[in-house]
Amino acid sequence: MRKYVVLYLFILISGILNAQRYTSEKGHITFFSDATIEDIEAENTIVGSLFNATSGEVVYIIKIRDFVFDKALMREHFNEKYMESEKYPKATFQGRVVGFKPDIIGAQKVRAVGKLSMHGVVRDIDVPGSAENVNGKIHMKSKFIMKLEDYNIKIPTLVWQNIAEQIEVSVDFIYKPA
Amino acid sequence: MKKHFLIVLALFFGNYLLMAQDDLMKELEQSQDKDTEYAFQTFKGTRLVNGHTIETKNKGTLEFIFAHRFGPVNGGLYELFGLDDAYVRLGLDYGITDNLSVSIGRNSVDKTMDGYVKYKLLRQSKGARNFPLTITALGGTAYKTSPKKEDALPGFENVHRLAYVGQLLIARKITPSLSLQIMPSFVHRNAVNKSFENNDDIAIGAGGRIKLTKSVAFTSEYYYRLNVPDGNPYKNTLGFGIDIETGGHVFQIVMTNTRGLTERAFLTETEGDFGDGDIHFGFNVTRTFQLKRK
Repeated sequence: MRKYVVLYLFILISGILNAQRYTSEKGHITFFSDATIEDIEAENTIVGSLFNATSGEVVYIIKIRDFVFDKALMREHFNEKYMESEKYPKATFQGRVVGFKPDIIGAQKVRAVGKLSMHGVVRDIDVPGSAENVNGKIHMKSKFIMKLEDYNIKIPTLVWQNIAEQIEVSVDFIYKPA
Repeated sequence: MKKHFLIVLALFFGNYLLMAQDDLMKELEQSQDKDTEYAFQTFKGTRLVNGHTIETKNKGTLEFIFAHRFGPVNGGLYELFGLDDAYVRLGLDYGITDNLSVSIGRNSVDKTMDGYVKYKLLRQSKGARNFPLTITALGGTAYKTSPKKEDALPGFENVHRLAYVGQLLIARKITPSLSLQIMPSFVHRNAVNKSFENNDDIAIGAGGRIKLTKSVAFTSEYYYRLNVPDGNPYKNTLGFGIDIETGGHVFQIVMTNTRGLTERAFLTETEGDFGDGDIHFGFNVTRTFQLKRK
């Protein structure tokens, strides 16, 4: 019996090792809003993410306050008026990367499918992207359009700078084996 | 033997199932450090009504403030309810760091030049670092350029034109829409009429804002003077305002019993009695310019 226990422990440990966990602590998410008076761009370079290459599962936690803008006032308005970050401090994505084969060399087309939760709204999204295994690190990228109204983000009527009703989001993560 | 093998096999698969169901999100949450969330935009502007709020300008940000007070509404139709008179302060505030601001201005009341230094000592925060209040220290000087030297009374020295203010501004953003502030204040005037005025005046102010919508807020402010000498004709300052924020501008429409826009003038020399209708309408308009980009 004892050797089975040893065998079990061995399998357990190898199972953990086999799960091919990847982590990214400094993922980049930027967004760009093309507006009539002023283009608005913001960047968050400290997005945390975990990726399980075996199952394809991926999760992100995006802290709304970590988005940095060109102008300090934009950041305040973004937090105070649009994202209401005191009420909704985080946005999260929970889903899976579909179509990724870790063993293939070169960039592969993949899709991220799952639930994006932001500003108190949870939506199913399915966005295209690419993934590439570079010397054991997985580099994932995606670019997609998001509509503000889908997430119940309202633009106050008094705002001068017309803010675009949809924004372009870019995601750029480099995952290291955990 | 076979039975044992099956157990191991079951454990093996059970193991994998557990791995798959393992909540990746929880794991990510646990791996992240608890961070400190600072309160921001406790007030929309650097001025509550007449006086300062705890807010300083962010680093590299320049704000132009045009503040304006009409005459008292009880001037009646003859004075077009105060609109015939205007008292103006033009000012610039600049953020040297996110916590340190400097300000200069000129107020038409007594043709006063003023300058301030404002420093955020402590910031309200929660999370890894918890602190209930934001505390800002303010120091300022005001220099009356009126009267002209040749028109001054005998014995009047330039040093008599100077007055100083020191304030501690203490505020808490209680909810996203409600912020309250108290302002222990000290004003020193180099020259006063000793028969009914002090050189050193102490006042305690209280004020706050309630957000009505995301861009509109109601504000109010009251300063209570603690050491008023007998026979002093001046009143405590009271003011109400509506802040309207539109992009880079904040418009504040105010009602107050004072016409002065420096602490010396509105803390120690407010002539109007709110109850008697000595109410001045006015506005503060700010425009923010980002000089240094992040």
